[in-house]
This record gives sequence, C-alpha cells and structure tokens, in this order.
Amino acid sequence: MALLELRGLRVAFRTREGLVQAVNDVTLSLDRGRTMGLVGESGSGKTVTALTILGLTRSEQTEAAGEALFDGVDLLRLSGSELRSLRGRRIAMVFQDPLSSLHPMHRIGWQIDEAIRAHEGTSKKAARSRTVQLLRSVGIQDPEARVDSYPHELSGGMRQRVMIAIALALSPDLLIADEPTSALDVTVQSQILELLARLQSEMGMALLIVSHDLGVIAEQTDEIVVMYAGRVVEQGTRDDVIGAAIHPYTRGLLDSIPHVDGPRVAELTPIPGAPPNAVSLPSGCAFHPRCVHALASCALKVPDLALVGSDHRVACPVMAPLAVDSSNR
Amino acid sequence: MGWSALLLVLVTLLTFLVFYVLPSADPALLRIGRHASPEQIAEVRAVFGLDEPFYTQFWIYAKDVVTEFDLGYSYYSEVAVREEIFSRLPASVSVALGAFVLWMAIALPVGVLTALKPRSRSDRAVTGLTLFFLSAPTYWLGLVALFLFARDIGRFPLVGGAGTYVALSEDPKAWFESLIWPWIVLALAFAGLYARMIGENLRDTLSQDYIRTARAKGLSERRVILRHGLRAALTPIVTLAALDLGLLLGGTILVETVFNIPGVGRYAVEAIQNGDLPAIQGTVLFGAIFIVLAILAADILYAVLDPRVRY
Repeated sequence: MALLELRGLRVAFRTREGLVQAVNDVTLSLDRGRTMGLVGESGSGKTVTALTILGLTRSEQTEAAGEALFDGVDLLRLSGSELRSLRGRRIAMVFQDPLSSLHPMHRIGWQIDEAIRAHEGTSKKAARSRTVQLLRSVGIQDPEARVDSYPHELSGGMRQRVMIAIALALSPDLLIADEPTSALDVTVQSQILELLARLQSEMGMALLIVSHDLGVIAEQTDEIVVMYAGRVVEQGTRDDVIGAAIHPYTRGLLDSIPHVDGPRVAELTPIPGAPPNAVSLPSGCAFHPRCVHALASCALKVPDLALVGSDHRVACPVMAPLAVDSSNR
Repeated sequence: MGWSALLLVLVTLLTFLVFYVLPSADPALLRIGRHASPEQIAEVRAVFGLDEPFYTQFWIYAKDVVTEFDLGYSYYSEVAVREEIFSRLPASVSVALGAFVLWMAIALPVGVLTALKPRSRSDRAVTGLTLFFLSAPTYWLGLVALFLFARDIGRFPLVGGAGTYVALSEDPKAWFESLIWPWIVLALAFAGLYARMIGENLRDTLSQDYIRTARAKGLSERRVILRHGLRAALTPIVTLAALDLGLLLGGTILVETVFNIPGVGRYAVEAIQNGDLPAIQGTVLFGAIFIVLAILAADILYAVLDPRVRY
C-alpha cells in the first residue's frame, strides 16, 4: 500500500466571485521512502494540494472532495484532533519563506522544543537536548548557542534549516516541502536541496517537493507530477517527464529552464500567455489558449489523463493520440 | 530622554503663555482680595514678581520646579500646589488603574472572540457597542449611571453616589463602592475600542505564515491562538495601553467632575474656574510628566516584547 494516495482530490474555495476550483481531480500515489515532485506555475493548485494533505486548507469557505489516504486513512474525513495528532508527528511540512514562517518573537529553540513537546510528554530539558541535536543534524554551527537566537538574527539559509529541524523533530513518515528554496539565494538553494536529500536517505521518509521550478525537482525526484490550472497534465517517472515529455505544457516548462551551458536567457523559449484565472477557466483543456499545438477540439472537452508508458500518463489527445484510444477502451 | 525634557518645558511654557497673554483675572487681585487699594495691589505685584516681564517670571517658575520641584503656591488658597496635587493623586490613580484593569478584562476576551468569528453576530454587536460608547459622552454616561444606581438619587440605589469617595487606606469597601461606576463609565469607552483593536490585530496575525507553521506542528488551536497569535497581536496593544493609562493617571477631568471625586482632574477644573495660575500650571505639568513617563514605558515595553526592536 502506498504511504500517500490521493484519489480524485478536489478542493474549491467559496469566494465573492464564485466557487474557485483550485484542485480538480488529482490522483497520485507516493510510496514510503520515495520522492515525488509536484510542478506547476503559481495558481496551478500544487500548494493547495500540499496544504490539503495536512488539513491546512480546512475552513468554512473550503470544500474538499475525493480521498487523501495516508497509510490507508482518509485525511479528509479525520476529526480536528485526529488530524492534529498526525501533523508534525507523521506528516510534516516545510514552507516557502522561512522568515515569515517562523514566529518572530520566539527563540528558535523554543519553537523546536514546542514541536517535540506537542506530541511527546518530554521534559523541557530532554526536548532541549534533542533540539540541539536536531540543529546540529541540519548543519547549524554551534547549536548550543544558536538555540537562543531569534529568527531575524539568522541568515535565510539558516532559517530554512531551522524550519527543516522543526519538520523533522519527530521523524515523520512524510515530509512535504512547499517551494523550500524559492525564497533563498541561489547558492543556498542547492545546499538546502542536498540537506533534504541527505536527511531523507538517513531517515527513510517519503518526500513531496512542491515547486514551480522543474530544475529544483529534476535533480532528486523519483516521480514527477505536472499540474496546470488545478489538474494533473502529465505524470510519470523522472526519466519519462524530464527525458520524454509529451504534454506541450511540460515541454514548455523544460524549454524555459536556463542552463549554464545552454542558450542565453534571451534565447529561452517562454510559454506564451499567462496562467488562467481560476474563477473562469478556459473550456476544455485549460492550456489550449496558450498551446501552439491546440486544435479546435481542445476547447470542447477536458482531456483525460491516459497511460502512454508503463507509468507515464499524459492529458493531451493531440500529442498523445494513443491515449484517447486507451481511455475509450 | 532629551526630547522628554524639552516636551515638558514646552508644555509648561505654552500654559504660561496662554495665561499671561489671556489672563482670566488679575493674579494680584486674586491674591489680596477684592477691596484692596491700588497701592496694596502694586505691593503684591512687586513681592510676587508679577510686574516682571514674562520671561523673568517663567525663569523663576522653571528654576523652582527644576531645583526643588516647587510648583508655587495657589493664589486662591495659599497652599503649596505640590501638596495639593499629591494629596489628590491617590484618587486619580484609583480611578485610572481600576478603569484600566476593567477595560482590559473586557477587551481581551471580547477581542479574541470577535477575531475567531469575523462578521458573526457577536462581532457586529461589539462594533455597534463600540460606536455607541465611543460617541456617548462620558459625563452623560456618568449622569445616567448616577440617576439609575446612586444611593441618594438613583432609581435602583445600589452604590454610593457622587461625592462619596473614600481613600482606600480608610475603608476599602467604601472606596470600591464609590469607584465602581466611575470605573465602568470610563472603561466602557476604552473597552470597545480595545476589543476592536485586539480583534483586528489578532485576525491579521492569524493569517500569518507562522500561524500556519504552528498548526502544521500539530499544536492545539488554543495554544496556536494564545501562544502564537496573541503573543504577536498584543505587542502593539500593550504600548498603546501604556500611553492611554499615562493620559488617565494625570487626572480624568470629566469622570472626576461628574462623580465629584477629589482627584487631580477636578483640582484642575477648580483652578481654571478660579484663574489660579500656579495650580493650573501644576496640574498641566503633572499631566505632561505622566504622559512622558508613559511614552518612555511604552518604548521600553515594546523593545522587551518584540525582540526585533533595538534601541
């Protein structure tokens, strides 16, 4: 059984302009110890998907449907206290901006101690010694002194290391990292990614990396899921998606990654147009107004996600016509 | 610190100027009585330096204040202004502190509740009541309270009416009874305002990223709100509260007048009615000192509460 399995997950927000379908029919599964990358532009629903797993999108204005199975238990149907006992203990999350994600008025040691003591009746002293160890394991120098620092006294990279320490405090089975490097300097980004990879192999947890940057995800994921306007448009192993991308959107993302030895920025091929407004999505395939391969039929029907390889699925009847046949079978 | 001293000098100078340029009565005449001869008046002027130019008078006054904290003598009662104010201070402090405790005790839970249920019925009720008590004049509320509940004239005589103030050291129960309505009247105006501010601050805070982090840790909602939300939301409120408290400590003119409480505020009113310049000067200076101290306390508190602030 997969550790995390989303089946037909839908998340919608009630707003003044109407119902916004942020996540639409997302199905994916992640095994223990594996790494999955969730890619898409802002507004593609990738962050909402991640937050929904932890129940952090729950509110009176939110409607979630489908299933989000964690170890066979549907997270969408758990009570608040059942969900709380999983949060931080078995499923943990690292957020995009470590400065705003850490409490500005509490010392970092206090914030890590708290994560431990929320789930275990540890004494303050025992929690503190674990906090110091955690800080050391995420690569913070002189952790005995650093525990008494406030977030604003640390560098961006250090803050994200503290966030990782909080997330890993109770050795979770699943770590969700939402744009873990987007707010950091380029030189620090690779350090944080390496740290995540190292800790993952040491602790054997599953890792779900959410990013708009295929470059971040290409490095270290086993599987990649590409989202556009709330739907999965392509998913498969890293080799499928990076090496043999089929969906025009995935190809567009790959063409817009700069390489040191590749073309200059001016010669990169951006995807024309802008991501659609979630309140009024284009009919049919939401990508068709920006797609160079679009046919008239693309505006009529939302394409099904269909198998094109052993684990490779694509939602584009133009570029993967076989897929249409397989879905009709 | 430097600007605090400057502020005090300016406030004193301004008060001095107002009553020198626009005297409500001739100080010498006040001093000596109504039926004095012109020679006697001239003599009083000379003795008290009232014939000196403005700046010399101010210099003499300021020098006495700084060197001996001597605020001069009341023209009216010939008692030292400093003693007059000190003897009235406990009453004013009682009014201010009691009202402060009461308005915070109301505002804190109400503010938290409205933050947790925005646009709910209770949120709207607080908004409405805030507007009502903010726009209802204190003296009117005070009179209504007296007409309803005072033991002498009230429809439902529950507590002592106007002029029943007793010092805390004499009779704590009577002290409490005489002050309960002044506290309520004063607190109502502030409580609604503070409940709104606390509610709005907390609502903003609860949408911050670090609150999401706290929830992601699996903390109870209670802990998320109290230890993470309120910790950040109350910090600016604390400094504001220090300023408001400082303002009230210098004497609450309306409440002390309506309830006939012998505090610094009522002393100031009497001094103005009598054209008693030294007493006016003294009360204004006292009020200014409390405000300066409050600003100082607010700055220190803010730096203590928010580690990002450094001097």
